[in-house]
Amino acid sequence: MTAIDIATATTPTIPARTSRRRGLLRQLIDSKKALAGLILLALFALLALLAPVLAPGDPSLINSTGSQAPSAAHWLGTTAKGQDVLALTLWGARSSLFVGFTVGLVATGVAILVGLASAYFGRIVDDALTLVTNIFLLLPGLPLLIILAAFLPPGTSTVILVLVVTGWAGSARVLRAQAKSIRGKDFVAAAVVTGERPLRIMFREILPNMASVVMTTLLGCVIFGIGAQAGLEFLGLGDSSVVSWGTNLYWASNDGALMTGTWWAFVPSGLCIALVAFALALVNYAVDEITNPRLRSRRARRERRG
Amino acid sequence: MRLILRNLGFYLLAFWASITLNFVLPRFMPGDPVSRMFAQAQGTMQPDQIAQLRKLFGLDDRPLWEQYVSYVKSVFTGDLGISITRFPTPVSDVIGSQIGWTLLLGGVALVIAAVLGNLLGIVAAWRRGGVLDSAFPPLLIFVGSFPYFWLAMGALYLFGVSLGWFPMRHAYDVGLTPGFNGEFLSNVATHLVLPALTIVLVSIGGWMLGMRNTMIATAAEDYITMAEAKGLSPSRIMFRYAARNALLPSVTNFGMALGFVVGGALLTEVVFAYPGIGYQLLMAVQGLDYPLMQGIFLTITAAVLLANFLVDLVYVRLDPRVRVR
Repeated sequence: MTAIDIATATTPTIPARTSRRRGLLRQLIDSKKALAGLILLALFALLALLAPVLAPGDPSLINSTGSQAPSAAHWLGTTAKGQDVLALTLWGARSSLFVGFTVGLVATGVAILVGLASAYFGRIVDDALTLVTNIFLLLPGLPLLIILAAFLPPGTSTVILVLVVTGWAGSARVLRAQAKSIRGKDFVAAAVVTGERPLRIMFREILPNMASVVMTTLLGCVIFGIGAQAGLEFLGLGDSSVVSWGTNLYWASNDGALMTGTWWAFVPSGLCIALVAFALALVNYAVDEITNPRLRSRRARRERRG
Repeated sequence: MRLILRNLGFYLLAFWASITLNFVLPRFMPGDPVSRMFAQAQGTMQPDQIAQLRKLFGLDDRPLWEQYVSYVKSVFTGDLGISITRFPTPVSDVIGSQIGWTLLLGGVALVIAAVLGNLLGIVAAWRRGGVLDSAFPPLLIFVGSFPYFWLAMGALYLFGVSLGWFPMRHAYDVGLTPGFNGEFLSNVATHLVLPALTIVLVSIGGWMLGMRNTMIATAAEDYITMAEAKGLSPSRIMFRYAARNALLPSVTNFGMALGFVVGGALLTEVVFAYPGIGYQLLMAVQGLDYPLMQGIFLTITAAVLLANFLVDLVYVRLDPRVRVR
């Protein structure tokens, strides 16, 4: 735990100014990395929303002979059972993105609450919350996920719940560190002296000043959510009746797609997960670079100055 | 010394939390998973063995605190119940026979990824704007975006099924008798290549980026400028001055990464049917073998906690600032 304190002490604090925050959005669009990431994300969101239009009907319907290579009729071929892989991938985006972003939002929400409460109240509250956070951080994630999912009744809500339980702690630690450094600033002390209520100070004074950190943890949580959901479902611990990228991979592996050489059954879903995670990571990387000047490359720094 | 004791207390607390979680889960979960398990096991078990299992899962009528005390006691005496899928082997024997493979796979992958990743990070930070610095991070982030198990599937398909370079499943060929001879060891090594490679591939990016970022911060320190002013050779400054100090966070990460590797190895083991405890955990889940599931979870947790404790000990040696506090 002392190691943590050292780490937080060296984290550069971000100057808290409102003009800076408006700048963040514009800088994000300016950054090529972030722009590419945002476009990719928008594309996937669009595909997920338009799935009923692009591939009407139930995607798990068997409407062809099995294990067909990609062709004009089935752009991405068919599974061993004879389902259209393109339709499965498009519909899979809905569940995967929904679960991923829900997990990200809820987990970040929990992390914000824990982090802010820790930083604002300090003392016993801080000690207790930090202890709980560290225990969750230390317990091995995937095995914990598996035994939780094995005991709970299967379903999408179980998947979300389990992922939130295992995913919030890392963000909480980062947010606590950031909130703690802002808690020590004069304007917070001023707010306390003027008698503002604790909730108002936490959410109106401290939270807006750590927007960029919240953003990076949110993106990190979404990446975690999408990947962990896929992993859970690949192991057969999700709801195998729902079409998602994870269940697509589960069925592909169960039907022996690897051994029979039907690569098109497992490549698209995995690629989609990777692309979404990559897009999120790109945006994350850009936010990091914008808010932490030392990480910017020299060239970019010179350009910005000139 | 106080720090070590404090952390030891914390690890014990974490272990207690996971034991308690194990105790609570089968007793308070909706849908009663345990009775499903009993319905399945009814035919193969002796009545007294079922009675023992009922006790383990709190289906007897003792008060809750009494059950709790006896549960904790049985965990610390190593009695984790009897496996149902591998009936009638005790859970601890099942785990003991397979944990070696997990340690081998996870350990090899972790050491390679950490050493290689840190080296790449050092060089990338030292040559800011070079090929390694500008091209590698995005590439590694991209590779790291793939789900562990999917990359493993791809590697298995490419190198195992299509090209046939590496064996596709298990830790060694069927028919070989385990022993310390060249034939067996090389067979184990060829079986290890693909699973370990996939883990290294996805985890190396994190090491490299972390190291790069701390190196950049360290390179701005005054003592680096001082070393340059003294006219020391660049490689000496890079390794003996900058990297040495930037390595500290990586040591902490090493402890953290152990948990991550056990998790990652779990999925890899499943894909390659590698006979470690991760693969066994999945088998247990599919066979509704709750005693084995819980036993494996506890074992992994204990291993991770122990590893973190060892890292703490090392850290105290490495960072004098910790000792002063």
